[in-house]
This record gives sequence, C-alpha cells and structure tokens, in this order.
Amino acid sequence: MLDSNVKELLIGIVGEGNVNDSSESRLAYSYDATPNFQSLPDAVVMPNSTEEVRKILKVCNDCQIPVVPRGSGTNLCAGTCPTEGGVVLVFNKMNRILEIDEENLTVTVQPGTITQEMIKAVEEKGLFYPPDPSSMKISTIGGNLNENSGGLRGLKYGVTRDYVLGIQVVLPNGNVFRTGGKLAKDVAGYDLTRLFVGSEGTLGVITEATLKLVPMPETKKTMLAIYDDIDAAAKTVSKIIANKVIPATLEFLDHPTLEVVEDFAKIGLPTYAEAVLLIEQDGALEVVERDMEKIMRICEEEHAISVDVAKSDEEAAALCTARRSALSALARMKPTTILEDATVPRSKVAQMVKAVNEIAGKYDVKICTFGHAGDGNLHPTCMTDVRDKDELKRVEKAFEEIFAKAIELGGTITGEHGVGEMKSPYLEWKLGREGIEAMRGLKAAFDPNGIMNPGKMFAKDSRKRVVVGV
Amino acid sequence: MSKTTMQQELKERLDYDELMNCMRCGFCLPSCPTYTQTDLNEPASPRGRIALMKGVVDGLIEPDEDFEKQLNLCLGCRACEPVCPSGVKYGHLLEEARDVLAQRKKYSLPVKVLRRVVFDELFPKKDRMRRLNGLIWAYQKSGLQGVTQKTGVLKVISRNLAEMESILPDIPSPKQMKNRPIEVRANGEVKKKVAFFSGCLMDTMFMKTNDASIELLQLAGCDVWIPETQNCCGALHAHSGEKEQAKRLAKRNIEAFEMEGVDYIISNAGGCGALLVEYDHLLKDEPEWKERSRKFVEKMKDISEVLVELEFHKKDLSLLPQTITYQDSCHLRNVMGTSGAPRQLLKAIKGVTYKEMKGADQCCGSAGVYNLVQQDMSMQILDDKMRHAKETEAQTIVTANPGCLLQMKLGVKRKGLDHKVKAVHIVDVLLEAVH
Ligand SMILES: Cc1cc2nc3c(=O)[nH]c(=O)nc-3n(C[C@H](O)[C@H](O)[C@H](O)COP(=O)(O)OP(=O)(O)OC[C@H]3O[C@@H](n4cnc5c(N)ncnc54)[C@H](O)[C@@H]3O)c2cc1C
Ligand code: SF4
Ligand code: SF4
Repeated sequence: MLDSNVKELLIGIVGEGNVNDSSESRLAYSYDATPNFQSLPDAVVMPNSTEEVRKILKVCNDCQIPVVPRGSGTNLCAGTCPTEGGVVLVFNKMNRILEIDEENLTVTVQPGTITQEMIKAVEEKGLFYPPDPSSMKISTIGGNLNENSGGLRGLKYGVTRDYVLGIQVVLPNGNVFRTGGKLAKDVAGYDLTRLFVGSEGTLGVITEATLKLVPMPETKKTMLAIYDDIDAAAKTVSKIIANKVIPATLEFLDHPTLEVVEDFAKIGLPTYAEAVLLIEQDGALEVVERDMEKIMRICEEEHAISVDVAKSDEEAAALCTARRSALSALARMKPTTILEDATVPRSKVAQMVKAVNEIAGKYDVKICTFGHAGDGNLHPTCMTDVRDKDELKRVEKAFEEIFAKAIELGGTITGEHGVGEMKSPYLEWKLGREGIEAMRGLKAAFDPNGIMNPGKMFAKDSRKRVVVGV
Repeated sequence: MSKTTMQQELKERLDYDELMNCMRCGFCLPSCPTYTQTDLNEPASPRGRIALMKGVVDGLIEPDEDFEKQLNLCLGCRACEPVCPSGVKYGHLLEEARDVLAQRKKYSLPVKVLRRVVFDELFPKKDRMRRLNGLIWAYQKSGLQGVTQKTGVLKVISRNLAEMESILPDIPSPKQMKNRPIEVRANGEVKKKVAFFSGCLMDTMFMKTNDASIELLQLAGCDVWIPETQNCCGALHAHSGEKEQAKRLAKRNIEAFEMEGVDYIISNAGGCGALLVEYDHLLKDEPEWKERSRKFVEKMKDISEVLVELEFHKKDLSLLPQTITYQDSCHLRNVMGTSGAPRQLLKAIKGVTYKEMKGADQCCGSAGVYNLVQQDMSMQILDDKMRHAKETEAQTIVTANPGCLLQMKLGVKRKGLDHKVKAVHIVDVLLEAVH
C-alpha cells in the first residue's frame, strides 16, 4: 500500500483522478503480455506533462518507491510487471504527436503515442516510419524505444534505434535533459540517445522523442513462397541475403503457425505447406521488379512448391496483418504460450531452425517457429499449460538449450523483446560477468537508489550456463 | 451473497481455460469503445476485464463494487471478439460473471415484483407483449434501470424518458397484431423454405418491419413459416442475469422451430439473432439439448445474408436520390459475422449514394438497456457516432436491430437533425426500394 502522505503528494502533482490505488486499477496494471508474471503495484499514476513526471520521480526517489514506466503493456519479457510493487507510470495522457517536420523529415511525439497512429499520420504526409512491430496497432512509442523494437521491415530498414534522433529524459533525481535533435549528425559527447533506447525503463523516463522519417517508397510488392520442407525455406533465407538482395520483409512461418493464423484470419493461406516465406520489397518500380524476380528464382532453386505474388494492395496487407497475428493466434492452441526471441547471424538461420526442432523433440515439447527470418530473429514458441509443472520444467530446459545454441552460433538471447525480468537470469550468458558489471555501473550512475523498474535486466541469481548437448 | 461465496461462485462458473486463453496481447484494446472513451484506462478494456475476472477467481482481488461497476460499464458489444487472434470468447465470460452478480443482488420488494413481471410475465408471453404500447415499454426499460442502479434512478429516468417517448414508432393496434398468418407462399418460384423468428419487441413495436421482412422474403422466393408457439429470444434475460429463464425460452423456441424441410431460420434483429445463434452455448450443460440446439443454430441466419444468397440485390431496386450510411448492429457483426451483406444490398439500390461512416463497426451505445443504465457513457458514445454520421452527409441512417434504430433516432433528435435525417431499419428501406 502507498503511504498516505506519498499519495497526497502525488495527488498534489497530477490531481485526484490521476492517482489510483483501487484494487481494480492495481490488478489491471499488474501484468503485461508475458505469461506467468503478475504482481500488483501500489498505485497507478497518470502524468500529463514532463514537469509532472519530474515531480513524481523526485517524490519516488526521495521515498525510495519503485517506478515502473508503462506504455501499453505488450512487452514479452515481463518488462512492466511491477515485480517490487511501487508506482506504475502510465502515459495515456501524454499521447500527442507534437510536430511533423516535413522539411527536416522528423516527427516529434509524446511517449504514449500509439505507434500505428503515428505511422498513419506521417504516411498521410507522404512520409514513412519503418519500424513496425507486430503489436504496432496498440504499442506506444515509449515502449518501442525502451525495447528497441523491431518489426517486419527490419531487414532493410533496421529497428527503432535507427530512427531515434533525440529524446527528452527525466532522471530519478528530477533532472531533465534533451539528447540529440533534428540532426543528421551529432557527436557532442556520449551517445545518450542510444543508451536510453532499449534501456527498458531502468534508467529514467522518456517524455518526448524526435524520430527520423524517410520518403515513402514508390511501390511495394509482396509474395508468398510455399515449401513442403522447412529446411528448404530456411536455406532460402540465407541464400537470398548471400545473393546481395535485401528485401524489406522476409518472414518465416512454419506449418502449425500457418494453421492457427489461417483459423483466425481466414484469407486462404496454404495450410498444407510445411513452411512459407512472406517476402516484400519496396522502392522504385524497376528495382522492386528486378529484386522480386531474383528472389523468386532463388525460391524456386531452393525447391519452393510455388511462389505467388499478391495481386492487390489489399491482398498484400491481409498477408502482413495475418503474419502480425501469429503469436496471439498460437495462443488459441494451448492455455499458455511461451515465446522466445533467439537471434543468430542471418547466415545461420537454417541451422537454428533445425536445432530448435531437434531440441523440441529431445524434450518432448511442442514448439512452433515463426519470425523475422531475414533478421536472423526467430520466435520459437512453446504451447504448454502452466498448470502442468512437469512439462513446464521440460519447456524451461528446452529454452535454455535454445539460448545456448543461439549464443554458440554467434547469436543472442533476445533480438527485440528485451530482457525484462524474464530473461534476466540469462543475460550473463551473453555478456559475461564483466559485461554485467559495466552495465550495473551505468545503472548506478543514473539511478543510484535503484527506483527505476527494479527487478528487471539484472537478475538476483544468474542461471548456470548449460552446455549444448552433443 | 457474501464476497467469499461470490468469489466461490465465480470460480465455479467462469471457464478457467477461457480466462487463460487470453494471452494479454492487447490486440482487442483499440476496438473497445469503453477503453477509448476512458482515455485508454486498462480496467475498462477487454484485456483488463478478463484480468479482473481472473484476478477474482485466482483470489488476487475481491469482487468489490469497482469490479461490478467495471463489468457494468462494458457494453457487451463484443467488438473485442472478432479482433482477438486467440479467439477468446469474451461475451461468454461476461455473461456468466454478470449472471453471478445479478444472483447476489438484494432487490427491494417493488423492484422484485417489477423484475418478475418483466422477466417472467411480460417478455416470455407474447399476448401480453402485444397488449403493451410503446410507452409502457419505455417504462419497462426504466424499471430495469431501477434494478441495476441503486441511486439517482428517478432523475435519470425522467431525463431520458421524454426523449425516448418522442422517438418511439406508432404502435399497431391489438387487432392488427393478431391477424398475422402462420404461413405465406413465395412470389413465383420457390427457392427456399424458411422459418421466420418474429421476436417480441419486433413483433409489437416494430411490427411493420416484421411484415416488411416477410414480404421481402416472399419476393426473394421463400415460402415463409412463422411458428405460432415461438417466443422472446431471451437476450434481455441472458444479459440481465436471468439465465435460467433465458434457457427456458430457448428450449421453447427450439421446439417451436423443429420442422422438417426448413432451410433457414431467419431473424431481422441482430440482438436476437446473436443469442439465437448461441443457443447451443446457452444450453451447453444440458446434453439432451445438444443435438436439438445444434440443428437450430445451424439454420440461423440474418435476413440480409439470405437476401444476398437469393440475389435480391440483382432485382430492380431504386429510391429517390439520397445518401445512405449504415450503422452495424454490434451483435450482428461481431457474433453473427454479418457485415458485408447489408452494405451490398444498400449499394445495389439505384439512386442511392452509399457512404461508409467512420467507426460504423463500433457500438452506438444502445446495447440493450445500456443507454438507460449507463447514460453518461452511452450518450458520450452516441454523440461521437452522430458526429461521424453527420460527416457522411447521409439523409438516411440504416441499421439492422431495433435497439440501434431507436438509439439512432435518439441521436438524430439530440443533434437537432430530425428534419433532415431519418433512421430506418434495413428491411424497410429495401421494401421501399423494390416497390
Ligand atoms: C502479439 C505481439 C506481437 C509483438 N510483436 C513484436 C515485434 O514484431 N517486434 C518487437 O520488437 N516487439 C514485438 N512485441 C513486443 C512489444 O509489443 C514491444 O516490445 C513494444 O515495443 C512494447 O510497447 P508497449 O507500449 O506495450 O510498452 P510496454 O510493454 O508498456 O513497455 C515496454 C518497456 O518500455 C518501458 N517504457 C515504456 N514507456 C516508457 C517511457 N516513456 N519511459 C521509459 N520507459 C518506458 C517499460 O518500462 C518497459 O520496460 C510484440 C508483442 C505482442 C504481444
Ligand atoms: S482478449 Fe484476445 S486480443 Fe484481447 S488481450 Fe486477450 S488474447 Fe489479446
Ligand atoms: S464487449 Fe465491447 S465494451 Fe465490453 S470489453 Fe468488449 S469491446 Fe469493450
């Protein structure tokens, strides 16, 4: 429970209606999209301005109350689960697009802005913001920045980080500062922008962001390559890139994922296939056509059973929307869906897909795989039931082995979903003790009292590293 | 019922697998009117409400007043269902939870009597419904309101009643109501044999619309049978925590429609149709009704779907030049899955410029008795809706459900547009167009 004096102070800052500690509110902000993590905060606070955020942080810092910044709570790493209670900061009232600058090609927004709404607004002006996480219809820019989210267009265009030009930050001590700006170049001091991008709310609060836009590509073409052999599909991915073609989108879906997605979207996906690749290229018409032909040829050489180009924009959009629903659609199969985010160098995708299937067999668990194959970023997803303790143990073992395999292939434990609480025990596998120590040092410099999103990123106990089975 | 027994009851009645089926992705949030109207307040979202129900079942929170208020604030529009990739049946969870809450209510004596009259005596019995006029119906609605809201009731009723009264259609005389035949023949070649679900409200206050529906079906080539022993669909009961009565009504309807050789059972009210099409779910705990309810459900269709199937839109349809827009009935769209057919029919009318309204797929705030029991939210939603309707510059707003129709009429009146804009049921438009 929030101390009544603190509550009064907070009400003084944001007003009565914007501090809520009813059990209803506390419960509704106790979770995110990560299965099996839930913890009630002491209160939910909705600031209206940077100044209010500054005052709130100061109060919480003085009283050592944990602060959990939260966008739409769609993260998949238990990043906004209020593990140690405290105050959940919600940005639903700081959700304005402040400016679209058509001369400098930038957009400036408040953190609560919904990704898709911003994308729509800039597209109306013929501009393009490429990072498009599957959750974009509900995710916020604050969340995207703090998870450094990727999306379907990552292969060619990069991830959120590549589009952040400047931010406004509030630190726990109440200091407010801006980094970067509407600048194509800026080397004045340490690159704090990049540090805060992907910091998962553990350093400070982002209260404004200026993002880079690019001109809208002239055209776009979308196609679906269908395979009756999952390895062949995975090999195609590596081969396309080795052939020096960089499509905008190169997504992979295996058979079970296709089935559930079709069940939801009903757009006539080839559910007989063992795997499909969803490929998109955009740009100048000649370039798009040339690339698509080249890609088509590679698919055929790698034994795709058929390659179909979408006939209309609607058909293309329906395919991408269907792909975006993959994770949630998988959830209909079993009560619990645990998804991972292992990422490997692009050339190793086929090896990783194969390893995932072998590991699933070894532990007798059901794992489906889909993901941003072109980025080497796969989402092996396990369908299980948290109530089945025995199976859950096997699932955990299987995932540990998948992490280990990814690292062995030169990859990482998470490509885009972040560490949060969920993957914190494994961070040391990737960074080593020294790496973690360096990060802890940074954290202490910005947040000496450890009030910012505690319990995330740094684990109390690291997992013992597993050795990949021979 | 104490909080603990209520918790126990919710634990027994709510389907835990369904609660777990929500993976909390949040994809449903943008579609939820109460979420968007509350500045994106998580507890007022589908994901939030499911979490609250699960929270009570898991014992994390008590089923307190806030919990109840939050469930009452839900429109039950089920816009969160078709957009949920995981296929969570939110409506079923809500209905079950509301039923448990309603059981617990300690009603005062007059309210108890009123509830008995409304739920047991009035709606289930067609003759009695027929004897009522529209005004009484409105009071009846307010009676329900008295049930659901404890304080400030009278004030709210009087505020809304005057407006409500003025938009109610002319009620047919009791004599007119009695003279409906049981069976009518197709005009020309018989393409389908159908049974018509006439409903209680539709068959009294909106009797003309029912007559129009039957005529359209005949014109489309249907032999139409109107079973005499059918009764109210039970939607009002099911959504007001009177589930047992709803089940009784469902069984009587299933019996009434058990006739060989009928291709479809047709409804012209999304609100009724959505419950009818879920009779199998309503009766899921009664194995002896499984097969019978399945058969019933398989045949259920909205009139617009059948008209399109029978190519009614290829007939010579025309109206005086006008712009028309269509407001979806939530239950027709989200539960019965019908949204294309009404639009297709309207677009086929010569002289009509069809203009899609922004957010036509979102609830109008009528939602059964919601516009009386949650007036503020309902009017907030309605005013937004009217703004979008005005943007289309339509002279005619078409709907496919009596509740929505009344709400549109109310909205038009509130905006002072009643001289310029009319709200009409789709079958009335079509009948006018075919003549
Ligand atoms: C179905 C589904 C599909 C997804 N697809 C993708 C995908 O394709 N690519 C991808 O990368 N991710 C994906 N995600 C994960 C998730 O949607 C992203 O991480 C997203 O960016 C989170 O946005 P959010 O607004 O929900 O943030 P939240 O989950 O609320 O928060 C995320 C993190 O940001 C912090 N934070 C939020 N706002 C601020 C702020 N103003 N200041 C400081 N810290 C803040 C939080 O503390 C937390 O650590 C998906 C999730 C789901 C459920
Ligand atoms: S109800 Fe469906 S769409 Fe909504 S959060 Fe749950 S799983 Fe996602
Ligand atoms: S039924 Fe309608 S109001 Fe209720 S949660 Fe679903 S979308 Fe929201």
